[in-house]
Amino acid sequence: MATVITPKKSCSVNPLKMSQPIGSALAFMGIKNCMPLFHGSQGCTSFGLVLFVRHFKEAIPLQTTAMSEVATVLGGLENVEQAVVTIASRQKPSIIGISSTGVTETKGDDVDAYIKLIREKHPELDPISLVYVSTPDFKDAFQDGWAKTVTKLVEQLVEPISAGAPRLPNRVNLLPGAHLTPGDIDEIRDILEAFGLEMLVLPDLSGSLDGHIPDDFTPTTLGGISLEEIASLGRSVHTIAVGEQMRDAAVALESKTGVPYTVFDRLTGLEPNDQFISLCVRISGRPVPTKIRRQRGQLVDAMLDAHFHFGGKKIAIGAEPDLLWALSQWSHELGAETAAAVTTTSSPMLQRIATDEVLIGDLEDLEARAAGCDLLMTHSHGRQAAERLKIPFYRIGIPMFDRLGAAHQTIVGYRGTRNLTFEIANMFIANGHEPTPETWSLPKENENAGTAAVTAH
Amino acid sequence: MSSVSSKIQDVFNEPGCGKNQGKSEKERKKGCTKQLQPGGAAGGCAFDGAKIALQPITDVAHLVHGPIACEGNSWDNRGSKSSGSNLWRTGFTTDINETDVVFGGEKRLYKSIKEIIEKYDPPAVFVYQTCVPAMIGDDIDAVCKAASKKFGKPVVPVNSPGFVGPKNLGNKLAGEAILDHVIGTEEPEYTTPYDINIIGEYNLSGELWQVKPLLDELGIRILACISGDAKYHDIASSHRARAAMMVCSKSMINIARKMEERFEIPFFEGSFYGIGDTSDALREISRLLIERGAPAELMERTEAVIAREEARAWAAIEPYKKRLTGKKVLLITGGVKSWSVVAALQEAGMELVGTSVKKSTKEDKERIKELMGQDAHMIDDMSPREMYKMLKDAKADIMLSGGRSQFVALKAKMPWLDINQERHHAYMGYVGMVELVKEIDKALYNPVWEQVRKRAPWEEKTWEEVADAAIAEEAAALAANPELAREKRRSTPVCKCKSVLRGTIEDAIVEHALSTAEAVSEKTQAGTGCGSCMGKLEKILETMDHWHPSPSENKSQAQQAA
Repeated sequence: MATVITPKKSCSVNPLKMSQPIGSALAFMGIKNCMPLFHGSQGCTSFGLVLFVRHFKEAIPLQTTAMSEVATVLGGLENVEQAVVTIASRQKPSIIGISSTGVTETKGDDVDAYIKLIREKHPELDPISLVYVSTPDFKDAFQDGWAKTVTKLVEQLVEPISAGAPRLPNRVNLLPGAHLTPGDIDEIRDILEAFGLEMLVLPDLSGSLDGHIPDDFTPTTLGGISLEEIASLGRSVHTIAVGEQMRDAAVALESKTGVPYTVFDRLTGLEPNDQFISLCVRISGRPVPTKIRRQRGQLVDAMLDAHFHFGGKKIAIGAEPDLLWALSQWSHELGAETAAAVTTTSSPMLQRIATDEVLIGDLEDLEARAAGCDLLMTHSHGRQAAERLKIPFYRIGIPMFDRLGAAHQTIVGYRGTRNLTFEIANMFIANGHEPTPETWSLPKENENAGTAAVTAH
Repeated sequence: MSSVSSKIQDVFNEPGCGKNQGKSEKERKKGCTKQLQPGGAAGGCAFDGAKIALQPITDVAHLVHGPIACEGNSWDNRGSKSSGSNLWRTGFTTDINETDVVFGGEKRLYKSIKEIIEKYDPPAVFVYQTCVPAMIGDDIDAVCKAASKKFGKPVVPVNSPGFVGPKNLGNKLAGEAILDHVIGTEEPEYTTPYDINIIGEYNLSGELWQVKPLLDELGIRILACISGDAKYHDIASSHRARAAMMVCSKSMINIARKMEERFEIPFFEGSFYGIGDTSDALREISRLLIERGAPAELMERTEAVIAREEARAWAAIEPYKKRLTGKKVLLITGGVKSWSVVAALQEAGMELVGTSVKKSTKEDKERIKELMGQDAHMIDDMSPREMYKMLKDAKADIMLSGGRSQFVALKAKMPWLDINQERHHAYMGYVGMVELVKEIDKALYNPVWEQVRKRAPWEEKTWEEVADAAIAEEAAALAANPELAREKRRSTPVCKCKSVLRGTIEDAIVEHALSTAEAVSEKTQAGTGCGSCMGKLEKILETMDHWHPSPSENKSQAQQAA
């Protein structure tokens, strides 16, 4: 049981956190033929766009209502209207996903009312879905923006269905948390397909930001889940949500359509995957395929081999709540200790983390707590801290801008867990200290304590 | 906000800005506040511009007052380099929350400044205003003043919230901030007749260090580079320079001109991109310094350095020129680079099929025309789709642009080179030019292009399909021509061991009226090897009746029947 601490300092140094609206925009990017739109000043969009470009190494569709100083004071109706009309005529999307920002929330723009007015005035926009999510920058964080957006999509776009209506026995829904990469989603799809199950993913980044070469250049999102598919989510037989953040969306989907759900707080580690596979057996009525049995055996063997290197290691993790939970719990099960845990926003999972305290803070806090740790795990911004601390650094989460393949990093399922386990174990092995004849020598009397401490290291 | 709007007016009245001078007074008053098109706009905001302009000052704490989006989403994304302090790479933000929005964020800002000074002890703190605190009325000027007095350190307000305008306006507002609060507040330890300022150079990828050795050799001291690899003290005492070179005309002309007005520092606009431009810039620096009292022999030494370095650079480029001559380049960039890079590429023998002028001034465009001719293909605003088509149709061999449009080229499977701020290579001065040519050569001749352009094997016709098609063609030909069919049938080998054709066997059967496979074998040698064709012989005997025999066969069949 961990105590959750909110720091008393006023200045955030080296932010770990990213804003809600960009979490929201990323969720919209998992929908087919969508144009995400920020209701805010131009920079709000530009910063998010550059961040995603650097992370995914892909072209990113993201637009702005380009609020000027005057427009901000007077209210943004005209800007929202003009933006929607411009996007509709230029990019011809099926859906425009609108997220608010700090500026327009401070002013108090009522975008839901704006949309009503715009709908009345522009019947030509009827075929286009407009989904608005309130995501002020000064509240919550990235994963909250993502989660709120998915919930809103469910509430607004899923067709209601009666409890007794016929369902597709082989189709399940997946609601992935913001911390799942396109690679993770593909892995889950692979597992379900091994059981003969089909899967609809809301939102589906696996077809949109997984780094493939498209046949044509499109100004909107590529791939992703279509509006028709979202509407039909109620016809699936079960909903699987990954990450506590997705509980609200799963509940919303159940109350609208009666589809039962299971929330997995993580899919990294042996135990949660055993539960996941059991669920697949139940839904599909099929035995566990040989492939999956083999993968499980491999993970168990990997854990056995790796535990020698994990035992007693101190790990410092900086990540959003659900990712922090998955990483700390998985490494705990291998014998490591989460010696420093820093996160961005509150979550029911934080208390359950096996460490003394979890801090809602920044990378400065993490750096201060990570001294003496054997590994630092956080997004790319942690590299400076790791350099200064002289400890190995594993990049995970968004943004990961100084390495390729961020979208394919896979840590779910037996296979993903096995990969992660090997990778981290190898980092520990590579960083092992070779003893020298001086390693255990007695400190000389004249020498000061500081030098002795260094040689004893 | 009144101070911001008056500053903006001031910036728009900038007499050094050619764009403004061309306007009527009424137009000038309106400034550049052209409303951006909602839903069709791209690019950064004024805050972004201000931060970019000042952040390369390396030993200062840059504190962003606002919600997490402004710093949390954007920090640590520029490749300026520092020869000393790395404090500029630390992201500081007040990360204001809902309570601050309701009750005001001034207290949090003041406490943040205090924490930074206690923990990091920088020579100064720069405070950046953003949209939300500007809206709720946080007076950062007052907070900075109070904090400065209390802690005995300069705390500089940079009043440039995002919604006041685009990135470029932010650059200028940042310039105003240091003009008002920093420049001229300290004195240099000593001065020389060879002191210059470089304005609008950000030392991205360490480019300044490609040129600095040349100046060092000439004895010219960079008193302050505003703001690449600068320290607070350099900027504060930069008013003692004898001359200034302005590198990026769009971003910091107000600094150059106002320093000329206030401190009588003459300036010129030049570029260190391209061999000829670098030489011109060096000459101009020396000329201005001599005008301000430096000994005239400086020019001789300058010319000697130019002659030596040019020769060295040309020699280094020579081996590449052959490979690059005639290659077509599409250049999508902004501002001063639109012409300074054009010159550089032409020196390498390359041909420009187009350059973007979206962010260029009138003079920039004139320069392009000078270099590329009157009918230069200037692209005002090219949509990604057009860029894609242009590249795909192979009208260009390579695209040089900023990181955002790179994927257009990469998805079209065309070479691309980053020449914007996020790039990792330095291209300034003589050595930088050689570097650029090397990089272009590397990109153009990388074998990867051949690899990625290959179609997947399953997209091409498989050998089976090719064979199937050939077989079908032959079958059709045989069906249309019985004589050909007969020839074909007769030329099929039956016994591979003894090389016996079917025609030979048929003839033997007819001639000798054979009825058993053994007899055929005896007469023709077929089947006397491995014996695996005996079955075929029987088959031939069985089917003899069903043929449509030629006249000679008719006769023998009649004999057989008899």
